[in-house]
Amino acid sequence: MKEELEKRIIKGPDGLEFEVEPLRDYYCEAPPTVMPAAYGKIVEDFFNWARSESIWILGFGTGCGAIEMRPLMTPRFDAYRYGVQWRPTPRQSNLFIISGYLSVKTLKRVIRSYEQMQNPKYVIGLGSCTINGGMYWDSYNTIKRLDQYLPVDLYIAGCMPRPEALLAGFMDLKKLIRAGKAEGANEYAEKFDWYKTNQKQVINDWDMPDYNW
Amino acid sequence: MQFEWIQIPYALLTLFIVINFGLLMNAFVAKIGARVGRRIGIPIYQNYIDLIKNYALRSSITHGVMFYLGPVFRLTGGVGLLMFVPTIYNSVMFSNFSFAGDLILALYFIFFGTLGMALGAGESGHPHAAIGVSRGLSQVTMAELPLALAVFSIALQYNTLSVTEIVAAQQGGVLNWTLFTNPLAVAAAMLSFLGSVMRPPFDVVLAPQEIPIGPPTEYHSSYLALMQTNRVLYPIAKMVIFMNLFFGGADNWPVFFLKIFLIYMFAVFIGVVFPRFRVEQSIRWFLIWAVPIGILAVVLV
Repeated sequence: MKEELEKRIIKGPDGLEFEVEPLRDYYCEAPPTVMPAAYGKIVEDFFNWARSESIWILGFGTGCGAIEMRPLMTPRFDAYRYGVQWRPTPRQSNLFIISGYLSVKTLKRVIRSYEQMQNPKYVIGLGSCTINGGMYWDSYNTIKRLDQYLPVDLYIAGCMPRPEALLAGFMDLKKLIRAGKAEGANEYAEKFDWYKTNQKQVINDWDMPDYNW
Repeated sequence: MQFEWIQIPYALLTLFIVINFGLLMNAFVAKIGARVGRRIGIPIYQNYIDLIKNYALRSSITHGVMFYLGPVFRLTGGVGLLMFVPTIYNSVMFSNFSFAGDLILALYFIFFGTLGMALGAGESGHPHAAIGVSRGLSQVTMAELPLALAVFSIALQYNTLSVTEIVAAQQGGVLNWTLFTNPLAVAAAMLSFLGSVMRPPFDVVLAPQEIPIGPPTEYHSSYLALMQTNRVLYPIAKMVIFMNLFFGGADNWPVFFLKIFLIYMFAVFIGVVFPRFRVEQSIRWFLIWAVPIGILAVVLV
C-alpha cells in the first residue's frame, strides 16, 4: 500500500485537523450491479441501434497496436463516417480497445479506466497478444489471455492487424450490439469475484480499491 | 407585451426548431471541415444518434448535488436566453417572452450557464475540471466585457433596452443595420463572440489536446446529453441576440437560418486560420483589441 493511500490525520490551512482515508473517501464502495435492458423490445432495439452507430472509443493505447488506430482518423480510412470517434475520458467512452500486449503495470490502469466507463461498455482485443500472448507468450510481465481479466466482446487477430481489419472489427461489433449480444458490462458485474481474483493474481502490488467508479 | 397562455406552446415550438437546426448545423459544419480535409466526415444525423445514445446509457454516477445541477443550470441558461428574445421579428408566434427590458436579462443569462457549470464541474473533483473551470471563467469574463460595452453603446444609440425595438429601428434596408450605423460596437461584439463559442483561437478551455477535456471531464450519460443539447442551443441563442442587435433581425425562418449560419461561419473561419491562444494570451488579446473598440463605441455613439 502506498503511503498516500493510507489513513492519516491532515492539518488544514485553517488549523483544523481532520481524518482522511483515501480509499474510502475518494472511491465508490459498492460493487457493480447487473443492469438488464430496462425497456421493451422495440425501444431497446432502437437504443441498441443508436449505441452501435455512436461508438466512442477511449483514447488509451495500451501497446504497440495503438499505432494502428491513428490512421483511422486520417482521410484514408476516416472512421468518423461510421459514427466512431475518440474521447479523452473514460466516463464518456463506450469502447475500450486493448491494443496489443498488455503489461501487468498497464493492466492496473486498464482496470481502473474500464471500471469508470458507463454501462453498456465494450472491449475489443486488438492483435494476437490479447488472445494468447502472441510474441510475448513467455514474457515475465505481460498477461496472456485478456478475457481472464476483462470481458472481451471481440478479437481482431493479427500482428499487427491493418487499420482495415479494425474497421471490419467495428462493423462486426456493430452487429453484436444491434443483436443485443454485447453485454460485457453485465458479465463483468455477474462474475465480478472471478475477475477480481484473476486480476489480483497477476497484480502483486494491488494498491487501489476494489471498486473504482 | 401582454402574457397569454398560447405563448408557451409557441415558445416550445421555437425551442424545438432551434435545437434541430443546431444539431444539423453543427454536423454540417463538421462535415464541411471533413470535406476540406478530404474526408467523408460524419453523417449529417450523427449528432442525433450521439444524443440518443447518451440518454440511453444505463448507468450514471453522481458526485453530489451540484454535479446534478451543473448541466441543468447550463441548459437553463441556453433555454432562458432563447426564450426572452424575439427569434422572428414581427411574428406573433415566435416573439417568445420578449419584453421591454429583455436586453439586460439576456446579458445576465449569457453568463448564467457558465457559472452553473463552474460549480457543477468543480464538485466533480477532477483536477482537469478545476483547471478548465478556472481557465474558462477568466476567458469568458474577459470576452463578456467588450460585449457589454457594445450593448451599452447600442442601447444608447437606439435609446431603448428592448430587443424588439432595436430590430424595428433597423428595418428598411441593409444600410439601416447596426453593422453600418455603429460599426465599432459590432466589431467589439463580434470579437467578443469569438471568445464564447469555444472555437479554436479561444478553445483552450475544453480542447481535447489540452487538458482532456476541461470542465466536462467527469460528465457522462444523461448529464453529458443535457450538455450536448445546450451546446447546440446556447451558441444559437447567443447568435439570435447578435442577429437582432447588429444584423437587422429576421423576418422569417429561411432568413433566420441563413444569418445564423453566416454568423457562425465567421467564428469557424477564424478558428481554422488561427492557432490556439493560451488563456493569458487570449485575455491580453481581448484587452488590447476588443475592449478599446468597445470603449470607443460607447464614447463615439
